[in-house]
This record gives sequence, structure tokens and C-alpha cells, in this order.
Amino acid sequence: MSKFRKSDVLLDIKDLQIQGYSNETWIDIIKGVDLTLHRGEVLGLIGESGAGKSTIGAAAMGYARDGTRISGGTIEFDGIELTTATQSEKRALRGSRIAYVAQSAAASFNPAHKIIDQHTEAPVQYRLRKRLEAQEDAMELYERLRLPNPKEIGFRYPHQVSGGQLQRAMTAMAMSCRPDLIIFDEPTTALDVTTQIEVLAAIRDIVDQFNTAAIYITHDLAVVAQMADTIKVLLRGEEVEQASTEEMLENPQEDYTKSLWAVRSFKRPQKSRPTDGTLPIISVKNVDAAYPGGDKVLDDVSFDIYPGMTVAVVGESGSGKSTVARCITGLLPPSAGEVLYNGDVLPPKYTSRTRDQLRQAQMIYQMADTALNPKVKIHEIIGRPAAFYSGLKGTALKQRVDELLDLIELDPALFYNRYPPELSGGQKQRIGIARALAAEPDFIICDEVTSALDQLVAEGILKLLDRLQKELGLAYMFITHDLATVRSIADEVVVMQYGKVVEQGPKDEMFKPPHHPYTDLLLSSVPEMDPNWLTTVLEERGVDNIGEGADV
Amino acid sequence: MGDLLTLVAKRLGYGLLTLLVVSILIFFAVELLPGDTAQAILGQSATPDTVAALREELGLNQPAYIRYFDWLFGAIRGDLGVSAIPPHQPVISVIGPRFTHTLFLAAYAAVIAVPVAISLGVIVALLRNTVFDRVANVLTLTSISSPEFFLGYILILIFAVKIPIFPALATVPTDVSFGELLYRTFLPALTLVLVVTAHMMRMTRAAIINLLASPYIEMARLKGVPPWKVIVKHALPNAWAPIINVVALNLAYLVTGVVLVEVVFVYPGVGQLLVDAVSKRNFPVVQAVSLIFAATFILLNLAADVGSILTNPRLRHPK
Repeated sequence: MSKFRKSDVLLDIKDLQIQGYSNETWIDIIKGVDLTLHRGEVLGLIGESGAGKSTIGAAAMGYARDGTRISGGTIEFDGIELTTATQSEKRALRGSRIAYVAQSAAASFNPAHKIIDQHTEAPVQYRLRKRLEAQEDAMELYERLRLPNPKEIGFRYPHQVSGGQLQRAMTAMAMSCRPDLIIFDEPTTALDVTTQIEVLAAIRDIVDQFNTAAIYITHDLAVVAQMADTIKVLLRGEEVEQASTEEMLENPQEDYTKSLWAVRSFKRPQKSRPTDGTLPIISVKNVDAAYPGGDKVLDDVSFDIYPGMTVAVVGESGSGKSTVARCITGLLPPSAGEVLYNGDVLPPKYTSRTRDQLRQAQMIYQMADTALNPKVKIHEIIGRPAAFYSGLKGTALKQRVDELLDLIELDPALFYNRYPPELSGGQKQRIGIARALAAEPDFIICDEVTSALDQLVAEGILKLLDRLQKELGLAYMFITHDLATVRSIADEVVVMQYGKVVEQGPKDEMFKPPHHPYTDLLLSSVPEMDPNWLTTVLEERGVDNIGEGADV
Repeated sequence: MGDLLTLVAKRLGYGLLTLLVVSILIFFAVELLPGDTAQAILGQSATPDTVAALREELGLNQPAYIRYFDWLFGAIRGDLGVSAIPPHQPVISVIGPRFTHTLFLAAYAAVIAVPVAISLGVIVALLRNTVFDRVANVLTLTSISSPEFFLGYILILIFAVKIPIFPALATVPTDVSFGELLYRTFLPALTLVLVVTAHMMRMTRAAIINLLASPYIEMARLKGVPPWKVIVKHALPNAWAPIINVVALNLAYLVTGVVLVEVVFVYPGVGQLLVDAVSKRNFPVVQAVSLIFAATFILLNLAADVGSILTNPRLRHPK
């Protein structure tokens, strides 16, 4: 804290209370949080979803999202009290002195306007710059943020630019009026690891260059360790603790913080392939696939999954991971090659598979929210596949549903008659697992099942999946982009890039060099809890090389 | 842009195909009705012999599918047959002037209604949940739920009887000036404006408000963009597709759904003609009018599709 002087305080929040409107009453979301930010300081706000990080970020701009209200406390920005300021006074600060960088740049750029027109909107409106000057300035910022073709890229529409580039363009937009403070609201959460590293480096550099203060909101500790001078941990709208980054990493005081730090400790022993001549339960052989009217998305993909084992398929978005799953389940018939189940060829299309073949390929999806019908009761969601595949009826069916709920550690008496929207994210994902188990499969495809969940909840799901594997002898194909998950549960790893398998083998070999260059890039891009990690990696790679991942 | 042309050409092809299917439906639906043109021409008192002779003459004893193709190819050349009512004019010249009248009235109403509806929709979206919004909501609901003939009579009562400033009957002699024409048809046009404005305005409001939860709208707000500019510059350009569709639907209604308004104001449009033709079993006219209505619907929906495509930046500016 010694780095910052008291006279340099830019933002001073005291006893902030925010309420949200839900079920016809106002409930407290933020319960008295203090926050002090100095000029040029970067404060990391971390916590799980529902901790109120984003809400505090918006409140720092005097902004309450629809359905929320600031009910108490003071927010003083550079001598201006935001809780009592008029709408137009607050509006005059937004964009000019306090700027915002949103989580999903793809959704936060207006699809109807060119990027540069959105960039110049604020400076032109505040009469800081003439339109053409603002465009010149935009190009300069694009160059500083290492966007390719800085002179031209702004004249594209948002959908014509990749996610990592858009996120950098949004950071440039936030800089357009040279604000005193930028709120970064999970700016890299939606990005692949190899892209994330570019954006992190770009953000850190530009914040440094202009000595801008920032609030960096994230749930990823390793990321915040790279960016922040100070870290504040939140839990359910209350502060847990605050300390400088080094201190927080080395010596967390509170139990909750320690549990966050330790969350990736779950590991299970690695299994190896059976040597007694057992056939692989699923064997993907030289599969090519394309979507109707599109280019080839899978090119000669082959791998085997043996009974009782977990094979992690890793790669960035667009690498073809989920397409392989669609080929195995028969949703997308491959254009060449075949899929074998216990040595027998599966018909390419799911409509021509028998009920017993269908039963073997069950899926659990990333977004439990959208994968469960919100208007159907839990017992029907689980009971339907049980009735369909096993022909159970009446009491037998009810018993089976109870059994399945017990398996996923949810009390049947409490959950039998409820609807999905009443459940938490982790509970919904458990229901998704029970639905897959209802078919009594030997093999389950888990498509990014933990990536939408908080770390503690995700760990619970991984433990559950591991227990079910031991008890029921299941084989998993685990699609993920999160290498930490791979480390904790995989037996074998398949690395994919551009629809091809670039490397595969047992996990322990995969995490030891030498690697395929892409595996290397992927592994070295995963942020580590060391505050100097980003600097070290960038030095190792050399500045010229870091644009690669995002320029695709 | 090449993709866009193919897309439009494809839609046009589908439109023509739909029209073909509709023409089959129209022809055979009319075919199902009891009686035929020969009977309609000759009336109740005709002897079976004379009816048979006329059938022979009109080609009505040919099988239905042959008559369908005759009719279809005739229609493509612009020959829709001959009216079954004396003086047996070609259907085209019976419908022609009437259809012009209907189009005139529709255009008159549309030119007022569309800009008013969209502007009001934008204003109401901006002032959502204020008194102005609620009042507008109640008024538009009232006008949507009142039948158009009722609205027509109310307008006549107010503007032709109590305060006689507009004529109650929208007769259109051939020799009047354009200004006079606008004056004479003001009340029916106003009735139509009231009916369609409400629908289009509510849709515009809904389409805009639907977008207000989007992250890019929040971004605009957090950039300090004033509220009116958030709506006009950031929400409206993304709301065009649903708005265009509801506009097209209402324009189609203005052409094909105005029968009651025409009857109330005794306006010589195609709707009245259709009612007449059905009651007098003038089958060639019924078929022709139905075909024209179908074509109008298909054409306007096609225009709406193309409009939605043109306002979508993803399709206008491919990667």
C-alpha cells in the first residue's frame, strides 16, 4: 500500500449498500462494502458468481442496473458524490472520466455500427476531439494494443473481427477519452487461454502507459494476480479481506480465501489402458465431418476411449471438440470414417441406431440452464429417459428416479417435484448428470460441464463424476478448454487444433515436454498464481510472437 | 453482395412457388362451390339444354385441370376471363379501376400511418413506464380492439354529422382534382390509419424495449450516451427486422382487409367488388380478386424479408 499516497485517492466508496428486486421485495445484494482506489492503482475484485463484484463495478460509475438500487453509503469520485449527483451529472462522467470494459466484447459492441464509429462516439460527444482526430487517435490506440492492421480494423463491423481483437478494441474504446478510471468486468473470461494472454498483456501495458486507475473484476485468481496491485475478496456482498497482491497470494488470512486458493487441489490417480485385450468402448476412426454447406471441420480424427477411463479432449473454441461429440452421438453423420462401439460399427445417423445403441452415448451439456426445460419438473426430466430406455412405469419408475437423485447427492424428498429455475447452477448440472445416468450408459460425453460454474461448485461436480465413474464403471469423454480440469481428472488427453488431432497420449506424458508446438502454446498460456508469470511468459515468447493466438 | 442477390432471388422463387400453390387452392376451392358460371349467367329459370349449350361454348365441360391451366396461362398473359354478369366485360377491366382505388386508399393511409407509428413507437419506448406511455398504451389497445366499421361510424358521427367538415360518403367521380380526392377519402383513410397505427406502434415499442437489456445498450449508457440517442442510434437500427415485418403485414391488410371500411364509406374499392361477386356467383371475378390479394400478400412479405436482410449488418457485410 506504500506505493499510493493518501492525497491521490480517486474513488472512495464507504459502506455501500445495494438492493435487488426479486419476488416482489427488495433484498440486499451488497451489504456495506468499503473501497478506496488511488490514481494509477489497479484493484482486483474477486469472488464467485453472486458475490456482487459486477454490481460494485457498476456502482463505481454511479450506475445501478435495472432491478437494482443503491440504498445506502457514499460513492465519492474525485470529489463528486455520485449517490446524490443528478442523472446528467453522472452521465457527463461516464465514458469521459470513468470507462467500462464489458465481459463479452462480442455482445457489447453494437452489431449495427462500425467499431471505429462506436469508438469515436464518446470523444465527439464530449467535444474532446473532432471526428477525424478521434479516428486518428483510435488507430493509434489500436496500434498500441497491438491489433493487426490498426489503420483498417476499425472500419469493420464487430462480427467481422475475432473475440480477442474485439476485447482489445473495447479496451481502446474505453481509453478514447483518457479516463481516470476504467472498470474491467471479467474482460477475458469468454476468451480462450491463448487469446487471453494477449488481451491481458495489452490491458496491462495501456493501463501502465496512461497511469489509469482500474478496477479489475474476475473470478480467476491467477489472472488477477497478474493485473492487480491490490486484491479484495468478496463473498455474498461482503468483503472477506483485502491486501496487496503479494501478501494475498502468500499469506491469505481468511478460511474462505484459503479455500479459493486450494480449490484446484482435487486430483485422482491416473489409470492406464487395460492390457488384457479389452476392446475400446468407443473408437473414433479417421473421421472427417462438415456442417451442411460449410467447410470441413474435422479432418482425419482418430482416438480410442477404454472402459472406465476418462479421456479429455482439449483445444480452443472452433477446434472441433464439440463436433467430434456430435459425430459420436450421431447428430452429425461423419462424411468419412466411422465410430465403433465395443468393436461394432455404429450407424452414422442417430435415427438409424437402435435404442440400445442410443443409450450408450449420453451427453451432459455446458449450460445446464438451457439444457433443462424450465417448465418440466425434475422427476419428469430424469424419469423420461428412464422410462424410454428401461421401460419403467409407476412405482418402479418413481423408485428409479429416487435412486438417481440419491446418486447425484440431492435429496429426492426435496427435489422430486421442483422446476429447474428454482435450482442453483451446480444443482442443475447434477440434474443434467442424473438425466444422462437414467439411460444406464457405459459412456458419457461431458461437454465443458464445469466451465459455467464457480470453482468450488465445479470441484464438487468433478468429485461427483469421479465417484460415479468408480461406482458404475463409466467411461468419460471430457471436452474442455480448461487445463486445470484436465490435470485433475483425465487419464488420457487428446489435443485438437483446426479440426485435427495434434497430439494424444496418457496425461502424465502430456504434461511433460517435449510437446507439439501447439500443446506447448496451450500449456504455457494457462495463467499461474505467480504475479510475475505474465511478464516471464511474455519475455520467453518475445513481444513479436504474442500476437499469434489472437490473429487467427 | 453476390450472396445477397442469390438470397433475394431464392426468396423470389419461393414467392412464385407459393403463388402457384395458392392459385391451385383458389381455383379448386371455387370449383367446389355449387353451380358454375353457366348457371350463374343464365339464372334460375334456364332450361338444362341452354345451360349445357353455354357450358359447351365457355369450355366448362372440359376436365377441371385443363380449365385450371387455361385459366393459369390466361392469368400470366393478363387475361383473367370474362365477368359472368352482363355486360360480360373482361375481368381485368372490371377489377382495374376498383383496384386502383383500393391501392390509392391504402397508400394514403400508409403514408400517414407508417411514419407516425414508428415515431410514436420510438417516443413511447423512450418514455416507457411514464404517464405518456400508459395513455398511449390504453389508446392503442382501444383502437386495436374496436372493429374498424365501428371506428368508421364514430368518425362519421364526429366529423361528418356533429362537425360537418368531411363528407360521410367517399364517392370518387373521375373528374376531381388530386386534392379533392384526398379530401373526399380522408375519413376512410383516417379509419385505416387508426386501425393499423396501433399495431405497428406497439410492435416498434416492443422490438426496441426487447433490445434494451442487451449488453451493447448498457455499454452505450455507460459511455454516457444520452437516453434518446441510446434508443435512436443504438436500439432502433437493430430493431428493424421485426418492425419491417409488422409494417408489411399491415400494408397487406390495407390492401386486402378493407372490405368493411369500403362498405361503410361506400368507397368503390376491390373489397366491395369481391363481396358483390361472391353474392352474385361471379366466379371469374372471385378467382381473379383472390389471386390479386394473394399476390399482394406474397409480394409484401417478400419485400419485408428483403428489407430485414438489408438491415442486418451480418448479411450486408459478410466476413
